[in-house]
Amino acid sequence: MGVFIVRRIIISVFTLLAATFVVYALVANAGDPLAPLYQIPDQNRQDLAVAARTELLNLDESFFTRYLGWLTAASGCVVGACDLGQSITQQEVTTLTLQAMGSTLRLVTAATVVAILFGVTIGIVSALRQYTGFDYVVTFFAFLFFSLPIFWVAVLLKEFGAIRVNDWLDDPAIPTTVIVALTVLAALAWQAVLGGSRRRRLVVGLVAAVATAAVLVYLSEARWFARPALGPVLVVLISLGWALGVTFLLAGLRNRGVLFSAVAATAAALVGSIVLAPVLSDPSWLVIGACVLGLVVIGVLAGYALGGLDRPLAIRAAVMSGLLAGLTVFTDYVLVAFAGYSRRVSGVVVKTIGSGTPNFDGTFWEVFLDRGLSLVLPTTALILISFATYVRYTRASMLEVLNMDYVRTARAKGLTERTVTVRHAFRNALIPVTTLAAFDFGAVIGGAVITETVFGWSGMGDLFRTGLQTRDPNPVMAFFLVTGVLVVVFNLIADIAYAYLDPRIRLA
Amino acid sequence: MTVPPNIEPGRPGTGPGSGNLDTTGGREDTAAAGLSIKARTQSELVFRRFVRHRGAMIGLLVFVAIIVLAVSSIGMGPVPGWWDKSYTGTGSVIDGGRPTLDVFPSFVDSDGFAVGEHPFGQDSIGRDYFATTMRGAQQSLQIALLVGLVSTFVGTLVGSVAGYFGGLTENVLMRVVDVIITIPLLLLAAVVARSTDGNALTLGLLLGVLAWTSLARLVRGEVLSIKEREFVEAARAMGASPLRIITRHILPNIISTIIVNATLTIAAAILLETALSFLGFGVQAPDTSLGKLISEYQTAFATRPWLFWFPGLMIIGIALSVNFVGDGLRDAFDPRQNKVRA
Repeated sequence: MGVFIVRRIIISVFTLLAATFVVYALVANAGDPLAPLYQIPDQNRQDLAVAARTELLNLDESFFTRYLGWLTAASGCVVGACDLGQSITQQEVTTLTLQAMGSTLRLVTAATVVAILFGVTIGIVSALRQYTGFDYVVTFFAFLFFSLPIFWVAVLLKEFGAIRVNDWLDDPAIPTTVIVALTVLAALAWQAVLGGSRRRRLVVGLVAAVATAAVLVYLSEARWFARPALGPVLVVLISLGWALGVTFLLAGLRNRGVLFSAVAATAAALVGSIVLAPVLSDPSWLVIGACVLGLVVIGVLAGYALGGLDRPLAIRAAVMSGLLAGLTVFTDYVLVAFAGYSRRVSGVVVKTIGSGTPNFDGTFWEVFLDRGLSLVLPTTALILISFATYVRYTRASMLEVLNMDYVRTARAKGLTERTVTVRHAFRNALIPVTTLAAFDFGAVIGGAVITETVFGWSGMGDLFRTGLQTRDPNPVMAFFLVTGVLVVVFNLIADIAYAYLDPRIRLA
Repeated sequence: MTVPPNIEPGRPGTGPGSGNLDTTGGREDTAAAGLSIKARTQSELVFRRFVRHRGAMIGLLVFVAIIVLAVSSIGMGPVPGWWDKSYTGTGSVIDGGRPTLDVFPSFVDSDGFAVGEHPFGQDSIGRDYFATTMRGAQQSLQIALLVGLVSTFVGTLVGSVAGYFGGLTENVLMRVVDVIITIPLLLLAAVVARSTDGNALTLGLLLGVLAWTSLARLVRGEVLSIKEREFVEAARAMGASPLRIITRHILPNIISTIIVNATLTIAAAILLETALSFLGFGVQAPDTSLGKLISEYQTAFATRPWLFWFPGLMIIGIALSVNFVGDGLRDAFDPRQNKVRA
């Protein structure tokens, strides 16, 4: 394994080196940086400008000398002394890149995480319900999302996801037609997901319809969206619901040890949130991180103490329940901060431009809302495509695994369908998906360039686009350096993970 | 890839054209006649499965319809089309340039189905937007098909050469693939497209030369396993040249991977080209493409939304139909994924 990893790292470094050379050559070939200067009418000023830019970009030297110069300066990044050269407006590209990287990474990470979470879940359900209405609907939408031009979606989202939503939030009553439509949709979706006999599906559909309609009518009448909050009762109920759900998925509700540890971890998390309330009114990311760590420790302790025979399983369930309870509390705090935030930005809640309100300063929760709500639309646009890829890939992989002999053996020896799915099939189905995550990353980066353009983010994509338009080599190279390193690192992680998860390929 | 057994799964005697079952005869006769069920070749089976795939057939129909519409309406090159307006000619703006197309028949709304003078409306200087969109579709389709052809050719060539010869050849070729895959395709395409004049043909060729890497990897993998099989060894023992072995013995066995990948590449290429043109690195003015149209009119969404809707729907129509055809082809070539689990 060690030799394998070292070999992969060495190969990656050389691949990246060769790729920088290719990109540098292509960029040098993509247009003369001096060309716009020849438009200057005054001969004297033109000569001066040309001489200055030639000096700035070392254009009087040969291509190889320039590449070597760039490489020498850029390789300083390895030891922490980055120098990516200057742009044609004489700004330090290193500074520009560092400023731009943050927002782009936020965008790309958020999109990837959400796409994996939803894509894998829906792909699994779609595979388990193969050839049902749900499967067909999911397949159709996956194809539709594949075929959507991302910039087109982005423009649509700007209009319908932001401008109209902000207008609606002024008086957030839900129109009756929308309530009816959502009720019908919820009924159809739930009966399709849960499946079973016709009678069971009918009951599930009816319950879902009544519940959805009731919730929507309440939200509308109480103008909930103007002052959203979960309140202590709902927080407790939702957290307990998570605990039950996690136990049900991982072990089944009859496994008391697991159930008790999950509930205990949830209770501990909720009590903790009350004790820590003064700190949580305006925390920092450090506090949040400490809370997460605390929840994990509590989960491990609860699982260890109450788990009984299924100790490892109980620990996992307790940690997950504790974290989900924490997430519920977190959501509640964010929602409570919403009303005040909305007033401060005078109703322009969902942003269409930029990665945050300029010079915005407030409590942790308000800043979080500000960042989050500017992230919502670009992320949604970016998610759609990777989401479709994950759904299709997970579904195919899951179907393949479900047809394997060991799954039949597991069923034959009398394991419940839940155990077969969650503990036998699901894990192996995820192995090929790890590779997809690495491959998909390049596509997400490409998508980020487009979304940043539409939503006016000044991120890496912007650096690249203006750089290429003005025939400015250094920003383009900086963009490639960041994305190329990310792609290589992701591929490396995927390869190592794959070799770790599937020992068959380690020989190759 | 394993060759699916040469029998049609399903219900003998109930499907259309499923043999010469003599239903009028006695039971023994039927059983005897059951033996005369027609044998089918591999390609016949694939074709039948494809034709029965409803999504794929609808996709194919839509795709062909869009091509025919785009080419025949405004003509191509010197050949004139049946639409009487051109994408360059300006005119007076009628009714704010609103589209006159009315797709609802008379029992839905009062005025009934109508095409009208400007079915897709007009832009701000009175150009007919139907002609413009068709021109954009022509350009985008041209590029996508070219990318599909070129990348399939290059990918198959590189993959099969690397897989068959192995050794240094394979090492060099696959390292080249590794390097190209490291560079995000949009970046590569944008930088390369920036150095062209924005002509559709050049753009298609260049993008095709860039987009072959994943196919090369797939082909290499399959060639590696097939070249170890006995029939390849037999051909080699009889003195067949590498060229003949690759083209006559190996490639026919991996044609499914190649064809499916080609269709999916076409769908991806449509989106790549439109994305490039949207960023301003693709097709250049005075010519146009679907992505360029959206880029030009994205700010007009509030005032003239049709300038934004029609090219977008056109892109989705093309990409979606091609994707469905690709899915149908994959199911037809490799029906293993369709098995209902036991």
